[in-house]
Amino acid sequence: MEKFSGITGTLTTTDPATMLLLQEYWWIIVAVLGGLFVLMTFVQGGQSLLHTANDEMEERAMINSLGRKWELTFTTLVMFGGALYAAFPLFYSVSFGGAYWVWMLILFGFVLQAVSYEYINNPNNLIGKGAYKAFLYFNGIITMILVGAAVGTFFTGSNFTFDSATRILQWGTAPDGMNLRGLEAALDFSHGAWFNIAFGVLIFAIARLLGALWLINDIDNNEFADLIARIRANAKRCFVVFLIALVVVLYGLVTLNGYAYDIHTGVVTHEAGKYLHNLLAGYGIQLIVFLIGAVLFLLGIFKSIFGTANDGIKLSGLGAVLIGIIVFTLAGLNGTPFYPSYADLQSSLTIQNSSGSENTLWVMTGVSLAVPFVLGYIAYVWYQMKKDGPITKEELEDPESHAY
Amino acid sequence: MAIDYNMLEWARAQFAMTAIFHFFFVPFTLGMSFMVAFFETIYVKTGKQEWKQITQFWQLLFGINFAIGLSTGIIHEFEFGTNWSTYSWVVGDLFGAPLAVEGVIAFFMEATFAAIAFFGWKRVSKGVHLMSSWLLAAGSNLSALWILIANGFMQHPTSAFYTFNIDTARLELTDFLSLILQPVAQVKFLHVVTASYTMAAVFVLGVSSLYLLKGKYTEFAKKSATVAAAFGLIASIAVAVIGDDHAYEVANTQPTKIAALEGLVVGQKAAPIVAVGLPKTLSIDEIKNAKEGDGFSFEIAIPGLLSILGKRDPNAFVPGLKDLINGNDEYGIWSWNKLVATGKEAIDDLKAYHAAKAAGDKAAMERINAHFHEVVANVDGTKVERAELMGYGYFSELPNNGVASAFPPVLPSFISFHLMVAFGFWFILLFVLAYLGVTKGTYWTNKGLQKAALLSIPLPWIAISFGWMSAEIGRQPWTVFGVLPTFKSATPLDLVNVQATFFMFLVAFVVLGIAELKMLFTVVKNGPKGAH
Repeated sequence: MEKFSGITGTLTTTDPATMLLLQEYWWIIVAVLGGLFVLMTFVQGGQSLLHTANDEMEERAMINSLGRKWELTFTTLVMFGGALYAAFPLFYSVSFGGAYWVWMLILFGFVLQAVSYEYINNPNNLIGKGAYKAFLYFNGIITMILVGAAVGTFFTGSNFTFDSATRILQWGTAPDGMNLRGLEAALDFSHGAWFNIAFGVLIFAIARLLGALWLINDIDNNEFADLIARIRANAKRCFVVFLIALVVVLYGLVTLNGYAYDIHTGVVTHEAGKYLHNLLAGYGIQLIVFLIGAVLFLLGIFKSIFGTANDGIKLSGLGAVLIGIIVFTLAGLNGTPFYPSYADLQSSLTIQNSSGSENTLWVMTGVSLAVPFVLGYIAYVWYQMKKDGPITKEELEDPESHAY
Repeated sequence: MAIDYNMLEWARAQFAMTAIFHFFFVPFTLGMSFMVAFFETIYVKTGKQEWKQITQFWQLLFGINFAIGLSTGIIHEFEFGTNWSTYSWVVGDLFGAPLAVEGVIAFFMEATFAAIAFFGWKRVSKGVHLMSSWLLAAGSNLSALWILIANGFMQHPTSAFYTFNIDTARLELTDFLSLILQPVAQVKFLHVVTASYTMAAVFVLGVSSLYLLKGKYTEFAKKSATVAAAFGLIASIAVAVIGDDHAYEVANTQPTKIAALEGLVVGQKAAPIVAVGLPKTLSIDEIKNAKEGDGFSFEIAIPGLLSILGKRDPNAFVPGLKDLINGNDEYGIWSWNKLVATGKEAIDDLKAYHAAKAAGDKAAMERINAHFHEVVANVDGTKVERAELMGYGYFSELPNNGVASAFPPVLPSFISFHLMVAFGFWFILLFVLAYLGVTKGTYWTNKGLQKAALLSIPLPWIAISFGWMSAEIGRQPWTVFGVLPTFKSATPLDLVNVQATFFMFLVAFVVLGIAELKMLFTVVKNGPKGAH
């Protein structure tokens, strides 16, 4: 097919193999951003642990520790959205416009969170400290479960029909399905709600475990020894929830009647054990990465939740990124429609039928070269802010520290 | 599929509401980030503690505002998907890229260095902290650049950077560099950021004047006011100069918008600007048959000024709404009906192409594609394809009124634009007087001017909101001017969903907005001694 290409606008011929490579590259970028977002949900997980503080100083230590990082989580989410918009605009259109309430509630949670750190300890915050604390719990618990449930639909499917000729989206067209503009993901048990809920709980549990690990690392362990002990105790209970949710999700991934498509014809079919097949495909690289991620994640937990070291976040954080990446690659690569429709199989979205043009993907590929630079300065800033040690009472009481 | 106009109006109201809230906080962030960086630079250069105190005071106000700016911003990115999903699909290939670049280039810089700027006073060296404050300001302003590149595309899409792909039935990017460098976006960016700097300068000057009037924190106020007066003078003049360029771009790219902004019903040579007047709300038939002078209930006009503004020639012809609807052969202006008929041909081509594709008729596909992309007009040397006019075709089955009107509503366009301009001139006058007063030392005793500065604090917010309304109401009835009608852009949703989310965000933003103001007022009331 003849198309425009390159930033100069010269005419070139689109090579299907090149196009697929670009689409795969961009799905991997999305997966990496998804993995980084899973890591950064330690902020939300930490918010869900605010009740472990017994006095104001403990609570302020937690809020200040998390409050220095929430913007990065927020930005990672925005970036995740931006990358999906640019690279896979049809997904942006179908999922956000279709599963309306899921996304709106997720956004609402982030809208409320964004002001809460700055406002919570300000005596003139109009609605009181309790309200902002409730916002942080909402974002830390409900939003995380909703995010997980939304990602769960990448495996269980959604209830929509999309006409590729007229470009008309219709939501709720499955005769045996519910239409709650996205909320059916958590309520329609005949279409995988159990899996989506388990996925939501799993994401929440991972976030809370990471949050605990972050706080253990970032707050002075001697000055706040009691708080750290309570966080550890809570995280141990959370680990049990994590294991149960994990078993359900893994069971689902192995047994779900998955979705597959032919990369040449685009025809979508059901394939039993599809996600297990994906895990083993390509010499098992995804399986290896997944296992490395899982081992690192567990090692960090055993080190700092069950043990007394305070740097488990490093291992578990890296593990969470790797696991997050694999979840997305399982959902979208190897001939897998990443946003399947159980109302109409052929309406399912794949990285091929939902992507931007070749030109846009090339431009965005150029832009993606800036990502290592961005990660570099983020690492530099983290180092600068951490090099003098954890958060102490002295710092919180210092009027010049801009502490919340 | 039938269009639910009621839902469409609610979706528009929701976007307008969230945009206005967002635009209330963001310009302040853009300007204050630089003001804070200025103050800190002076502190680092002089090493004097009072400048550190000044920096931290203004940074505290900046921080309260910064959070709610982010809060009201995230909804926007995703609203394009939730409420405007057809838009996102049809133009996402062009619109998504600047948003993604904004994330990579600007947001991470902003979020990362904000952490040092706010919390790093004791944790990093002076140099690293100062660098962070500047990078925070740069990141904030870069994000404005990218979102306004995206907005510039919505105002003036050109074949220089997009083509309509008949296969995918959407607009596709052809030249990213042209998209970035489009003059409309560049001038819009400069206009918005200089307006934002003016806003911050008015705020700092006004609050400093409050302290001077009360005789409190006098040294602090004098230093702050001096920097604000200099910064504000440059910024307010720049807003007007760039605003003039902006108006020139609008006049040459969005004729219906400039006609509505100026209330010009009948086109004329040596077209005037109505400095003060009340435009009439005319029906489509009244406009079609209008004569010169029919547009206003009363007017005080400056002859020839619109021709100078729009065409850089005092005798040039500027088309009015009548010319843009009836057409004007003398100046090569197509009638609305001709545009609609040609657009309808493009829609028919699109349908026929996909029918031929389904039937596997390649010869027909090629023939139809050639007709679809046939050049049908040549506007000032730019070839216009039939495909580019497809958006007009969607108006063929609709009455020419309301959301399907051929032009934006004149009264709100005219009023918002003219008030914005009036405020802009007031800011120049204020800063000229303040700057002269500060340099001569008379400002410190000039209570009248101090009161004027204090009372001017809310005006930049009003002015900048009017500016935004001029730009966005003036773009109607299109989301992408001349390409995608607003009524074809929304997500097909049941009304109750849009209403519910409208109120959900309205309540949240009103409450959080009031909380923000209460905190700002308290910080100002407590003064620099109370700032941590």
